[in-house]
Amino acid sequence: MKDFLLELRSEEIPARMQAGARAELAKLFRREMEAAGVGLGDVTVWSTPRRLALIAKGLPDATAAVSEEAKGPPEGAPEAALDGFCRKNGVTKDQLQLRDVKGRNTWFAVIDKPGRATKDVLADAIPAIIRDFAWPKSMRWGAASLSTESMRWVRPLSGIVALLGDEVVDCEVHGVTGGAVTLGHRFHHRGPITIGNAADYAMKLRAGHVIVDHEERAALIREGAARAAADAGLTLVEDEGLVVENAGLTEWPAPLLGRFDEAFLDVPPEVIQLTARVNQKYFVCESSPASAGEGDHPQGGGGVILDVEADPSTTSWSPSPSGLGEDGRLANAFVCTANIEAADGGAAIVDGNRKVLAARLSDARFFWEQDRKTSLADHAKKLERITFHEKLGTVADKVERVARLARWLVEEGIVTPEPSTVTPAPFTVTPAQAGVQGGAATAATDSRLRGNDEAVAALADLAEQAARLAKADLVTEMVGEFPELQGLMGGYYARAEGLPPQVADAIRDHYKPVGQGDEVPTAPVTVAVSLADKLDTLAGFFVLEQGPTGSRDPFALRRAALSCQALLLRNALRIHLLPTIEKAVSNCLNSIAMVVRRNEEAVAKKLFPNAVSMRTVSEKVRLKNPADGKEYGKTAFVVLDFFADRLKVQQREAGVRHDLIDAVFALGGEDDLVRLLARVKALQSFVGTEDGANLLAGYKRAANILRKEDWLPTAPPLQGRGRSAEGAGGVGDVVTAHADRPHPNPSPEGEGLLDTEGIAQTGEEDPLALVDDPDLAPVIAAKMAERKKNSLSYMPEPAEDALIAALDSAEPEASAAVEAEDFAAAMRSLASLRAPIDRFFDEVTVNDPDRDKRAARLDLLLRFRDAVHRVADFSKIEG
Amino acid sequence: MQRNPATSFQDMILALHDFWNEKGGCLILQPYDMRMGAGTFHTATTLRALGPEPWNAAFVQPCRRPTDGRYGENPNRLQHYYQYQVILKPSPPDIQDLYLESLGVIGIDPLKHDIRFVEDDWESPTLGAWGLGWEVWCDGMEVTQFTYFQQMGGFDCKPVAGELTYGLERLAMYIQGVDNVYDLDFNGRGTTYGDVFIENERQMSKWNFEVADTAALFDLFARAEAECRNCLENEVPIAAYEQAVEASHVFNLLQARGVISVQERASYMARVRDLARSACEAYAAKMTPEWQAKYPEWSV
Repeated sequence: MKDFLLELRSEEIPARMQAGARAELAKLFRREMEAAGVGLGDVTVWSTPRRLALIAKGLPDATAAVSEEAKGPPEGAPEAALDGFCRKNGVTKDQLQLRDVKGRNTWFAVIDKPGRATKDVLADAIPAIIRDFAWPKSMRWGAASLSTESMRWVRPLSGIVALLGDEVVDCEVHGVTGGAVTLGHRFHHRGPITIGNAADYAMKLRAGHVIVDHEERAALIREGAARAAADAGLTLVEDEGLVVENAGLTEWPAPLLGRFDEAFLDVPPEVIQLTARVNQKYFVCESSPASAGEGDHPQGGGGVILDVEADPSTTSWSPSPSGLGEDGRLANAFVCTANIEAADGGAAIVDGNRKVLAARLSDARFFWEQDRKTSLADHAKKLERITFHEKLGTVADKVERVARLARWLVEEGIVTPEPSTVTPAPFTVTPAQAGVQGGAATAATDSRLRGNDEAVAALADLAEQAARLAKADLVTEMVGEFPELQGLMGGYYARAEGLPPQVADAIRDHYKPVGQGDEVPTAPVTVAVSLADKLDTLAGFFVLEQGPTGSRDPFALRRAALSCQALLLRNALRIHLLPTIEKAVSNCLNSIAMVVRRNEEAVAKKLFPNAVSMRTVSEKVRLKNPADGKEYGKTAFVVLDFFADRLKVQQREAGVRHDLIDAVFALGGEDDLVRLLARVKALQSFVGTEDGANLLAGYKRAANILRKEDWLPTAPPLQGRGRSAEGAGGVGDVVTAHADRPHPNPSPEGEGLLDTEGIAQTGEEDPLALVDDPDLAPVIAAKMAERKKNSLSYMPEPAEDALIAALDSAEPEASAAVEAEDFAAAMRSLASLRAPIDRFFDEVTVNDPDRDKRAARLDLLLRFRDAVHRVADFSKIEG
Repeated sequence: MQRNPATSFQDMILALHDFWNEKGGCLILQPYDMRMGAGTFHTATTLRALGPEPWNAAFVQPCRRPTDGRYGENPNRLQHYYQYQVILKPSPPDIQDLYLESLGVIGIDPLKHDIRFVEDDWESPTLGAWGLGWEVWCDGMEVTQFTYFQQMGGFDCKPVAGELTYGLERLAMYIQGVDNVYDLDFNGRGTTYGDVFIENERQMSKWNFEVADTAALFDLFARAEAECRNCLENEVPIAAYEQAVEASHVFNLLQARGVISVQERASYMARVRDLARSACEAYAAKMTPEWQAKYPEWSV
C-alpha cells in the first residue's frame, strides 16, 4: 500500500474556478482508478493559485488479476460462429474450453487479465485526467500552440509532481513530464523544492511559504481579518465570499488592516462596501456595537459619522444586500489580504492599498455628490435616451406604463392602503389565509365602496410618483459604476431630496423579490410599483411573442412571473390576472404604436417589416374567459398559462402537487392566484382522504365509461354559440362557455383562434348544459336536475334514484361553497357523492339494452362528472 | 548608462526598453503614428499576432481616450496617456518571470510590495480578439494587463502571443510616490508631467467635448469606412487596417461629443468591428502563402 501525490502546477488559476477544479480533479481521478480497478480510500484535493494537488492514500501496489469468462456457441456450431467468437475475445480455438450448459456442450473462453502495477495505471491516468479536464475557460500557449491541437489548460501548465510512495510516476503530457520537483512561493522561496512523498508534501511546501490546503488559508484569512479588526477596536463585517476569493488569490495570506479618510463615510455604506469588495477584494469593518452609540453624535469623540437623517423611520433602514449589521456603523477601515510577509510588516502594502481605495472612494464620493445635484425627476428625463427594447420603446416609455399601471392597481382596489397583515410566509399561502380573507373581501370592488377614497387617492398618487422615479437612478453615475446598487441608490437619493419615505422605500425595493427566498415587499406603495413593473415586462415581451424557450429566458420572464406570484400570495392580493394583464398589454401596444410613429421615417421599415400590423391584429383576436364571460386578447391568456406553469414549478417546492394545480386551472378562467391556490390546497387535503380517493376512483370510472360510449361533450365552446344561448336559454347577459374547455391554448401564430369562428352551430346543443356562470349555476343545476328527473321515461332503480338525489343536493352545495370560496365545504359536498356513486356502479347497468335507459344513465354520469368539475377537473389528477 | 526609474518618468521607459531589448530579445519599436485607443491597435500587436512567425517587440504607444479627458483637473484621468506594450510570440515559458524581473528593474521590490495575478480576461469585439490572462496588482493597484492572445481578427492565434501592457503613468506615480499625475517628475531634473502635458489636456479636452466639428467627424467616419473598402478591394490590407483604426478613433470622438445616440452606438460599433475584422482577414489571406512557404504544416 502506498500513498499517491499528484500536483499540477500552473500559472495563476482564477480564484473563482478553484473549487470547481478540485472537484473535477477528484472526479476524473476516481473515474480513472475505477476503470482500472484500483481500489480507493481517502482522496484529498487542495488548491492554491498556482497548483492543484491530490493525495490518495493507501493505493495497492497493483490491481488484482481478473479472470473473465465468456460463453460462446454450442459444440458443433458453424465454424464461422466459432471464429467470430474467438476474434471477439482475442483467443485462439485451442484456448477454448468445453463445458456443460444444461446438458449441452458449450464453448467458453477464459480471459485472464493480469494485474497491472498501480504505477503504470497512474502513468496512463495522469495524461487522461489532464486531457479531459473541464475548465470553464481554457487556453493554449507557447511554441506548441503553433497547432490548435496543443494542450489546453486554464493557464499555462508548467509542472507535474507525481509520486507513488517515494517513486516518481513517469508520465508525459505535451512535453510536461512527471517528477518530484515543484516550486514554492513566487517571492519568498527561490529555487526548486524536491518532494519526497505524499506525506512530506504539505510540510515541504509550508517551508517554501506555501500553505497548500485552501481550507487552512481560508481559516487564516477569516481569523486573521477578524483579529486585525478586533485589534483596532472594530468588528469585521464577515464575508465568506471574500474569504474564499482571497484564499484563492494567495499562497501565504497575510490580512492587513488599513484606514481610509473618515470623510469618505459621507458616502452610503453600501457603496463603500461594494467599492472595497468588488474592486479591491477588501473586507470592511464596523465600529463595535458597544461604541456604536457614538455614531449618533457626530461631534462625539471622533466617532463614526454617517449621513443618515435623524428621521426615526430611517433607523431601521437596513438594506439587505450589504450584510451590514444593524447595530454597528461602518468604520473607516479596511482589511486587505496580502500574499507576502513583507519585510516592513506590511506598511508599504497598506499604504499602497489605502491610496488605491482612496482613489476609488473619491470617485464614489464624486458620484454621490454629483448625482444629488440633479433631482430624481430630472434624472428620469434622461431615461428617454435608454432603449428598453427596440419595439417597446425607451426606459422612459416603460416608466410611463408602470406609473399608469401602478396607479390603476391602486384605483382598482387591488393594492389597498393597509399593508398586509398576513404572517410572513414567502411564496406560500395557506388555504385558511386565502380562503378566509378571500371570502371576506372581494376586494376589487369593495374597497372603493368602503369610504376610504381619500386613502386610496393618496396611495395612487404615491404609487405613481414612486413609479415615475423608480428607474431614475439607472442614469446616475453611481449606478453606472455599480449596477448592483440600482434601486438602493434611488432610495438614497429620494430620501436625500426629501421625498416621502414610502416613495423612497418603493424606489429602493421595487426590484424585489429578486428570487426565491428574497424578502417580499409588503408596503402598499412598493407592492404597487413592483407588481406593475413586473407585469409590464411580462405583458410587453409576451405581446412581442418573446417568451422564454427552453433554457433561454433572456428577459428573465420566469423570474418576473415568480416575483409577481410571490407578491400576490405574500400579500394575499385578490387580483383577476386576465383584466390586469390586459391593462398592461394595452399600455404596451400603445408604446409599440408610439415607437412606430417615432421611427417612422428612419427605421420603422427595418424594425417592423410587417410585424406590428400582424401583432396588433393577433391581439385583436378576442377570446372569451368562461369565468367572467368577458373577452380578452390572446396575450392575457398566454401570460396566464405562463403563470400556471411557473406556479407549478414554484409550488412543487412547497409540496403542492402540480397535477392538482392543473386540475383547477383546467376548469378555465381561474385567474385569481390566491383563490386558485386555496382551492388546490383544499383539493390536496381532500384527495388525501379515503373519501377523496374513492370519489376519484368513481370519477375515473364514470369518465372512462363516458369516453368509451362517446358521451363526452365534444364541440368547443364558441363565442357565436354563447350569444345564441342568450336567446335560447333566456339567461340574460350570461355568455356561455363549456366548463370542460378552458380557454384554448393559443399557439404563437394565433392558429386555431380564427378557426373557431367558422364552426357552424347545429342548434341542437342544450344551452343550459354549457352554462358555467357561478351565480346562476345552482339555479340552473336545480332546473336541469328537475328536468332530467321528470323526463325519465322509466322507473329509475333505487341506486340510480339515490345518485340523482345526492347530486340534487350536492351540486348546489358545492357551487355555493365554491362561490363563497369555502373550498373545504365544497370538498365535503363532493364527498357526499362517494357512497351513491359507488352504489350506482354496484347495482346499475349503464349499458342497458333499452336505449332510453342507457342514454339517461350516461347523462347521469355526465352530470356526476360535471358536478365534480365544479371543484376541479379530476381527470387531471394522477393516481 | 545609469537609469533612475524611481525619480524619472523617461528613465522608467528607458529602463524598460533596456530590459526588453536585452532580456526579452525584443525589437524596440516606435509608436504607431496614428491616434488610437490602446497599444493593442498598433500593427506590431494586432497584425503580427496573426501568422506563424515568431515576433518579439516592445514599444510605447500613446493612447487617446477622448471621453476620459478632465481638462487637466483630475489627478488620475487623462484623454492622452502612454502604454508600454510588449508582445512575445510565441509566449515564452518564463514570460511571468521576465515580467516580474522587469518590475524589479523599475524599482518594485516584490518582497516589500504585494504583487498578484488577478483573473482578467481580455476581449476586443472590435478586433475580433480575445485572450486569457490577468490584471497584475501591485498593492491593490492594477499596473499591467497580461494577456495570452487566443484569437485575433476572428482567427485562432497559432502560435499564441503573450501581451503585456503597462500603464506607465500609474506605475510611475506609484514608484515616485506622487498622488497627482501632473506632479510626476518627467526627466529626473524637475520637469514635471504637468509641464509637458497639462495644457494639452486642457485644450484637447475642450476640443474633444466642445469644439470638434461633428459634421466633419461624421464625414470623416464615412470616408474612412469607404477608404477601408477601397483598400480591401485593392488588396492592401495594412492600409485598410489603418482606415479601421481611424474610424474607431473618429467614433470615439463622436462619442465624446455626445452626438451618437444609444441606439446608433451599437450600429457604429458594428461598422468599426466589420472594418477591423475584414482588414485582419484580408491581411491573413494575403500573407498565408508566404507563411505557409516557411511553415508548410501551418494553416489559417
